[in-house]
Amino acid sequence: MKYMLLIHAGAVDEQGGAAGCEPADWMAYDKQVQEAGILVAGESLADLVTATTVRVAADGTRTVTDGPFAETREVLGGFYVIDVPDLDAALDWAARCPGARDGSVVVRPVADFGA
Amino acid sequence: MIPGQAVEAVFREEHGRLLAALVRRFGDLDLAEEVTSEAIETALSRWPVDGVPPNPGAWLMTTARRKAVDRLRRDAALAARLAVLQVEADRAGPAPATDEFPDDRLQLFFTCAHPALAAEDRIALTLRCLGGLSTPEVARAFLVPTQTMAKRITRAKHRIRAARIPFRVPGPDELPHRLPVVLQAIYSIFTEGYAAKRTDLTGEAIRLARILRRLMPADREVAGLLALMLLTHARRWPAPDAAGDGAGPAGAADGGAALVGAAEEGAALVVVALTGGAAGFYGVQAAIAALHAEAPDPESADWPQIVALYDVLLSIAPSPVIAVNRAAAVAMRDGPEAGLALLDALAGEPLLRGYGPYTSARADLLSRLGRRGEAEEAYRAALRQAGTDAERAFLRDRIDRIDGIDRL
Repeated sequence: MKYMLLIHAGAVDEQGGAAGCEPADWMAYDKQVQEAGILVAGESLADLVTATTVRVAADGTRTVTDGPFAETREVLGGFYVIDVPDLDAALDWAARCPGARDGSVVVRPVADFGA
Repeated sequence: MIPGQAVEAVFREEHGRLLAALVRRFGDLDLAEEVTSEAIETALSRWPVDGVPPNPGAWLMTTARRKAVDRLRRDAALAARLAVLQVEADRAGPAPATDEFPDDRLQLFFTCAHPALAAEDRIALTLRCLGGLSTPEVARAFLVPTQTMAKRITRAKHRIRAARIPFRVPGPDELPHRLPVVLQAIYSIFTEGYAAKRTDLTGEAIRLARILRRLMPADREVAGLLALMLLTHARRWPAPDAAGDGAGPAGAADGGAALVGAAEEGAALVVVALTGGAAGFYGVQAAIAALHAEAPDPESADWPQIVALYDVLLSIAPSPVIAVNRAAAVAMRDGPEAGLALLDALAGEPLLRGYGPYTSARADLLSRLGRRGEAEEAYRAALRQAGTDAERAFLRDRIDRIDGIDRL
């Protein structure tokens, strides 16, 4: 079963990047995920200042704005999609993620329309 | 014919075991519940005519399994989904032998009280799946309409299926985080029942803890929880007034002997809970309950020891609510002034804002110090915060007594 781990940074630095995360921790974790053979996808997102929001109104008008900027305390900084047997396994991987220490990791089961 | 109550008792005992075995066998809580109910219905119609089979549990299991297989034959989509689940389950661990009828209820406890479920859903599922209560009975426990409870249980089961909350006992790494969630669900059933003076719920919580104790005989916190509930149960309800509306929790039919038995069993379990390692959250509370139970009246309880145990409890689980109880114990040991000083020091705690027992404990100490005006004011504040009729009756009585003294 696939689960998405949404990694939220607890604090954001001046450039809108996640603060307090040691690159070495992330590299070690990423290696563990790869070696466990559970990795489906995973990316780290660029700083929030690079984000753009698009909305299309009912009449088809397209609005493009910069941001969203960090109004909330926690900012999505990256994600993994992993394939593991059950929620407990997914929660365990989430707990080992460095992002869970500085911020939080939200675990979302990926909808399965095949079964 | 067999008496309906005897049949019901058999089913209450068998329901959880049957359901747990079927969840493990088929990996689906909904299917397991459906065929468990059907097997029990079949038994209800057949046993009064044919007589109770020699091994009722095995009979129910065979019947339920047959119904599950029939259902899977009719529903190819469900069968396919469960086959995938089986493959995944095998990936997670070796498939257990399925030909005997072992006790799988421990796994079910951990599924029902999974931290990914809302706290009230854990309690509802534990009562439904392990207590064998019907949905209307669970609804009565929560004082909500049956339909509301049916929706809540359906939503929780959907969550178990969709997020694939597993049916397994957590490994040694996870167990210290997971077992307290199971114990909390059982204890919540007890405290709800105790507050509402409902022996059906307190009795059910004790029954569930007994099952858990059989399944985890080496765990000291499970022993501590069972001890705490037995010792609390063995004490009479706190008498709301001098006339003593203190009907014992065991009720009229279940006399003093049963209460003494519960107190003795609880006291023996406290020793188990506190032997062989650091004291746990429930073990320490049970030890406090045992000291209360030992004392013929509150004044002669071993208050120095009770205060010391509250200190231990605060070091395990710091909480302003426990600090309030500790202050009340200090008042018994060192006098009301000392207790009041501790309570007043807690006045800024956000968690205690609007917390009736805090206000009421303060009122009690003020009254003992003869500060009647302040005491009455505090009792009136506690009256506004009180959650149950029994609490309100108790507080009104206290206010009347203060007024009575003033009129003398």
